[in-house]
Amino acid sequence: MSTDTPSGAPDAGAESLALQSEAAAQTAAAKTAASGLHGTPTQGDVPPPPRQNLVIRDIMRGSVVTTILAIVLAMIVGGILIAITDPAVQKAAGYFFARPSDTIVAAWNAVVGAYVALFQGSIINFGASSFQQAILPFTSTLGFAAPLTAAALGVALAFRVGLFNIGAQGQMLIACAASALFTFNLGLPMWLQLPITLVVGIIGGAVWGGIVGLLKARTGAHEVILTIMLNYIAFYLVSWMVRTPSMLQKPGTNQPISAPTPANAVFPPLFGPQYPQLTWAFPVVLLATLIVWWLIERSSLGFRMRAVGENPNAARAAGISVPRMFVYAMLFAGGLAGLAGMIQIQSTITSGFDAGIHAGIGFDAITVALLGRSRAWGTLFAGLLFGALKAGSFTMQAMQGIPVDIVLVVQSLIVLFIAAPPLVRAIFFLPKTDAEKKAIAVRKATKKAAKKEAAAA
Amino acid sequence: MTIAEAQTAEDGTIQHAVVRVRKLKVPITLLAIVALLGLLFLLAPAHGDTSYRLAESGAAIKLGSIEVPAQPAIWISWTIALLLALYSLLRAFSYRPTPIWLSIVYSILAMFAFLTWSGAGSQAAVPVVGLLAGSLSLAVPLIFGALGGVIGERAGVVNVAIEGQFLLGAFTATVLGSLTKNPFVGLVGAMIGGILVASVLAVFAIKYIVEQVIVGVVLNVLVSGLTGFLYTAVLADNAGALNSPTPFKPFAIPILSEIPIIGPVLFDQTFLVYLMYVVVAVVSWALYRTRWGLRLRAVGEHPKAADTVGIKVNPTRFWNLLLAGAIAGIGGAYFTLVSVPNFTKDMTAGLGFIALAAVIFGRWDPIRATLAALLFGFAQNLQNLLNVLGTPIPSEFMLMLPYVVTILAVVGFAGQIRAPAADGKPYIKG
Repeated sequence: MSTDTPSGAPDAGAESLALQSEAAAQTAAAKTAASGLHGTPTQGDVPPPPRQNLVIRDIMRGSVVTTILAIVLAMIVGGILIAITDPAVQKAAGYFFARPSDTIVAAWNAVVGAYVALFQGSIINFGASSFQQAILPFTSTLGFAAPLTAAALGVALAFRVGLFNIGAQGQMLIACAASALFTFNLGLPMWLQLPITLVVGIIGGAVWGGIVGLLKARTGAHEVILTIMLNYIAFYLVSWMVRTPSMLQKPGTNQPISAPTPANAVFPPLFGPQYPQLTWAFPVVLLATLIVWWLIERSSLGFRMRAVGENPNAARAAGISVPRMFVYAMLFAGGLAGLAGMIQIQSTITSGFDAGIHAGIGFDAITVALLGRSRAWGTLFAGLLFGALKAGSFTMQAMQGIPVDIVLVVQSLIVLFIAAPPLVRAIFFLPKTDAEKKAIAVRKATKKAAKKEAAAA
Repeated sequence: MTIAEAQTAEDGTIQHAVVRVRKLKVPITLLAIVALLGLLFLLAPAHGDTSYRLAESGAAIKLGSIEVPAQPAIWISWTIALLLALYSLLRAFSYRPTPIWLSIVYSILAMFAFLTWSGAGSQAAVPVVGLLAGSLSLAVPLIFGALGGVIGERAGVVNVAIEGQFLLGAFTATVLGSLTKNPFVGLVGAMIGGILVASVLAVFAIKYIVEQVIVGVVLNVLVSGLTGFLYTAVLADNAGALNSPTPFKPFAIPILSEIPIIGPVLFDQTFLVYLMYVVVAVVSWALYRTRWGLRLRAVGEHPKAADTVGIKVNPTRFWNLLLAGAIAGIGGAYFTLVSVPNFTKDMTAGLGFIALAAVIFGRWDPIRATLAALLFGFAQNLQNLLNVLGTPIPSEFMLMLPYVVTILAVVGFAGQIRAPAADGKPYIKG
């Protein structure tokens, strides 16, 4: 991108530069308040991008090796947790010094048992009698992955524009409420009812996300605060709706739950009723991934959005309307979160919803998007991995008595380790990256040059 | 922007023309609330009397209940509130800010009018002491969390992990408190829990320069998963030994608690509340009056300048973040040592985010953040009362209030709000 230098005075010497920096210092407070968005560069280079945008660059440029090692490391920590809370291990640890091998064997059995159960619950069940039973776990993985990936695509898209969308949860809830309010009572045939319900939900999510984009664009308010607060507003709004008969409450009950999703709005199973969790929602998510990929990587709008994500200052200098990109990004992000919400009520839980319908997907989506390095296909793979963890966790709980929460621990550890590649490299004694080596070399060279100069003087 | 383009005079000096801006948002907000209340009172007029119960049955000085005729009381306090809003508008036109006392008196009047309206004709009396004491009690974790947040953000580290600090604090408090049967050890445990979360945040934010918001969000998930896992795997089977801490008991301070109304509210509380008074006073004094506070603020406002004069920026941030974690952790102790004497999964239920809201609504100032936390605690408690009084307003809307107020605050409806300049920006030397 060209750094379009405005017609600065050609005779501008050191003096005017000094004056400029003084003026810049005085307006610094005002500039930082608007996070550098409204300060106009008057002279010289375009200011460097805000820190937030550099982070996104870091996330995107991490290596595959670090990702795999981060997953391994998180699984190891998860294994340690499983081992120390296992009753057999605790029993054996009671006489650890008498026979340490017992403890080690018990710990090994606990961890291997857990991870085998995880695998059997998410990919292939070896013990099954038929092929259909054997691959049933994999279809449930795909079923869990569908809403997770959809919401994560929204988070990833916002990341690419330099926005942290913490609000997928609220966007999902509003999507469910909107579709239930406007489309549940239409009574249309399936070819109309299903898409209309889906689209109204997506619009609902997009509106809730768009509010954030609009407020950020107009007032400079930080999107993290806005989305967190809007999550809770959506939560209480939906809680109120599902217990109010004139709004969403299931007719004829006193329970705080909505009416069930009309049968004509439910995604039919993809390969027949023997795989109930794999519905047409999954192909819809694949399509959404394709659209997001095209939008971000290939379209003109995507180029402008990425430019804002890389450096909003440069983007503005190139004539891109930064506030407008914020609004678009949040609209798309909200719409994708809305899709996740719709998959929840049109495929996963069709018997009516309450304010807990988001099932934590909103926050999981952040970890998925980070693991997928904010790219469309990467997010899809990360969504599949976390979908597998989720599907397997239930088997793990049923077979080994390990609480499902272990998956949250492993997920968040993966993201923490991915976010700090130097930590992972230090743990695995990996060599430093080229960039780090270069930085050290440059530092040494400047030191040498300074010494030489000092010697010469 | 209040500073116009710099003009360079003939002798080369730079002159800024200072543009004065009328800040109308506060008066407009005040007027809007008055208008809304007026509409409410007109459209759904109150009938009969509202009774306020001023003292609980065991009080030394018997005050009994007061019957307030609803209509006149509502309209008198509404009119005064209107006058205050107009005064604020008048001041804004002469470029003067709205003083904080005005906002406080205004909110008390508006609240009184609203409560009188809600309780009019109801059989149940408004328990003034119970309402205020309950609000204070609910505000305790929010205040500790907000103070932790203020310290962290003033040092330049955004702390979205207050929720996680609460949750781990509550967990460690219940475990240590149950093992020793001593609430004070539980309190220390809560501080350790808060510090643990804070240290992870500090290492990742300061050493590995990971974006602080991401670390905070992920830490919340991690703590939620970790405590949920340990709760199911360990605590659930050993509830007697590990999950039944001895709670703090309220105790009255001899003479002070006999003061009518405010006595039982302020001085018949648990140890945690008295600790809160001390911590609020110490933090708000020390932040502006001591070397520690000056350094803390310098590191958060302009780390480079601080470094130039010899303040070690990153160590200062690190240790203060741990201190903030300890304070937020005390807030976590409230959940298991005061509120309910056992730990349950995800028991903090988003209060950490209300504390974060209080930090922002309180403009990163300890006293203002405390007031904001009190306001949010009051809103939380008020919805219980409104249920009792049978007010048509759904309780969910009262619960929503802190979040709506915070959004209004960050989009600029509560006067100028400015975060510490280097908040969320890592300091990389060189």
